[in-house]
Amino acid sequence: MAAEQVRTGLHFMSGDEACAEGALAAGCRFFGGYPITPSTEIAEHLARRLPEVNGVFVQMEDELASMAIILGASAAGARAMTATSGPGFSLMMENIGLGMMLELPCVVIDVQRGSPSTGLPTMPGQSDVMQARWGSHGDYESIAYAPWSPQEMFDLTIHCFNVADRYRLPVFLLADEVVGHMVERVAVPACDSIEHWERKHAATPPGEHFEPFKITDPDLVPPIVHAGEGYCIHYTGLTHDERGYPDMTAATHNELVTRLVEKVRVNRENIIRTEGYSLEDAEIVVIAYGCTARSARQAVREARQAGIRAGLLRLISLWPFPEEEIARLATRARSLIVAEMNLGQISREVERCARRPARGVFHAGGMMIPPDPILQAIREASA
Amino acid sequence: MTEPILAEHHPLDDLIRADRMPHIWCPGCGIGIAMRCYAQGILDSGLPVKDHVVVSGIGCSGRVAGYMNLDSYHTTHGRAIPFAMGIKLAKPELMVTVFSGDGDLVAIGGNHLIHAARRNIDVKVICINNFNFGMTGGQFGPTTPRGAIATTAPYGNFELPFNLPYLLAAAGANYIARWTTLHARQLKKSILEAFSKPGFTFIEVLAPCPIGFGKSNNINDGLEEMELYRDRCVMARQGEMNPEELEIDLREDKPILIGKFIDRDRPPFHPFMKGQS
Repeated sequence: MAAEQVRTGLHFMSGDEACAEGALAAGCRFFGGYPITPSTEIAEHLARRLPEVNGVFVQMEDELASMAIILGASAAGARAMTATSGPGFSLMMENIGLGMMLELPCVVIDVQRGSPSTGLPTMPGQSDVMQARWGSHGDYESIAYAPWSPQEMFDLTIHCFNVADRYRLPVFLLADEVVGHMVERVAVPACDSIEHWERKHAATPPGEHFEPFKITDPDLVPPIVHAGEGYCIHYTGLTHDERGYPDMTAATHNELVTRLVEKVRVNRENIIRTEGYSLEDAEIVVIAYGCTARSARQAVREARQAGIRAGLLRLISLWPFPEEEIARLATRARSLIVAEMNLGQISREVERCARRPARGVFHAGGMMIPPDPILQAIREASA
Repeated sequence: MTEPILAEHHPLDDLIRADRMPHIWCPGCGIGIAMRCYAQGILDSGLPVKDHVVVSGIGCSGRVAGYMNLDSYHTTHGRAIPFAMGIKLAKPELMVTVFSGDGDLVAIGGNHLIHAARRNIDVKVICINNFNFGMTGGQFGPTTPRGAIATTAPYGNFELPFNLPYLLAAAGANYIARWTTLHARQLKKSILEAFSKPGFTFIEVLAPCPIGFGKSNNINDGLEEMELYRDRCVMARQGEMNPEELEIDLREDKPILIGKFIDRDRPPFHPFMKGQS
């Protein structure tokens, strides 16, 4: 069983395949999705692999249904996932909001392509990052990670499941076409060394008085119970009280929505991940994520060779945004540069946290930003 | 005068969330009767109550999930069926019922409805058909008869409605029946049949919506619509489906076919698993 579940060893695989293997290694046993380039390989791989581990693969009629079915599976206790790209991510927004409101853990993979609309189906983009933050209506705080390699497609998919289960919400893996289709070495660890964060289950036995959305822990996460366990609990997308019952009052609404936002904010130190390259003495800091961070690292290397004190802050998580870290960097770096494959989305966050303008290296998508324009921006900043 | 009999306990007390009463439904509404039939069906099913799950979408009928003392999920508009599929496939031992209205299941959720029927997923659908969008105040929908007055069809609805049993039969459901809220016993029996029928089952329940639909279409109250059911309903012969005969227009003096239309045993949806093959 374990051998089938986790393919321990060194592999040469694409990011999409690594993501699918990461999901299996995390214990994901349910996939519902709709084919869409450039994420389809994830579905294809899981269509073959899930039956081997007694998991469920369902191809749905659209992305509305894909998001709904994984929430249902999660409500019954399964680790469940879907994979899509921008156009499908747009359709999922409705039930992503439901997942935030019902606090049902699941993982949504978005392998980004050139957008808006049908855009560039086979070519990369990074323009869904604000959609991942604000895409569904209403206030909520989202969690998103941006892998820069097939290895991270594997590692971060596992991490997404852990974070989703721990904090009870849909979690996003914002990959891009480059990372999804890139083939690289992927090291799959031994089964017992894979981290597994459990859902916090209710301690009250079924039949006793239980208020499913009552908060007793400082992490603001309510303990979960699943369909069929005998709790007879009610979940609704309406504003609800601690019993889970609809309560359409301004006071309950404010309390509930504030908690949904705060439960991510108070736990942000366990969620946020970044990585620095040559940051110690950097005067010019490049901020990048996903495939663009690969070019940015190269640009920083070349700048260092030219004697410029440049560094890279790679955002492994995009949401919640690492506000404190950006603010700290801004106090000691002379210049901030944001490189991203959109026309300035994360750069707005950087400017907000740094409280000053950042230089942007933007491209609307369709091709990876090469190191040269980033190096050029570093040179201009150092001049 | 004889002494009144006071019952300490109603058989459905444990199945209905008394702390959620009063309900939101209007006087004369038929949803409560259908919900009562569903609750009785659960009691009579012989399955432990904890193995029954109800999923609803949005609308008046969607509120049923909130009133049933079960694991109950009040989801998004139109998406109850795929949500229910997730529960059923993750825990096949559960009896998963989707209880929702025609606007939710057939308008915004129409695509999921036909695909669930095509897959023949083992989910039990109870579809209240009150010929309009009731909760939002009586707009026309995909089941509103042509010519009927609605708040968004002030000159009469100029669209043709869906013929639900015929649609679902073509899509592939294993079990299709139609009753009205006048036929409570038959409806309960039909729900029990659906529970014991593997695959996708669909029960259409015609229900009065005196405020949303009736008052603007010369059906003055819920009772008048029930009388209309009594006068016009005709039992269909199983297996015979003439599409024209299945059409409904409460305003016309023609029979309303009710009964069980389809009862067949196509293989239910089952995900492939190597361990079980």
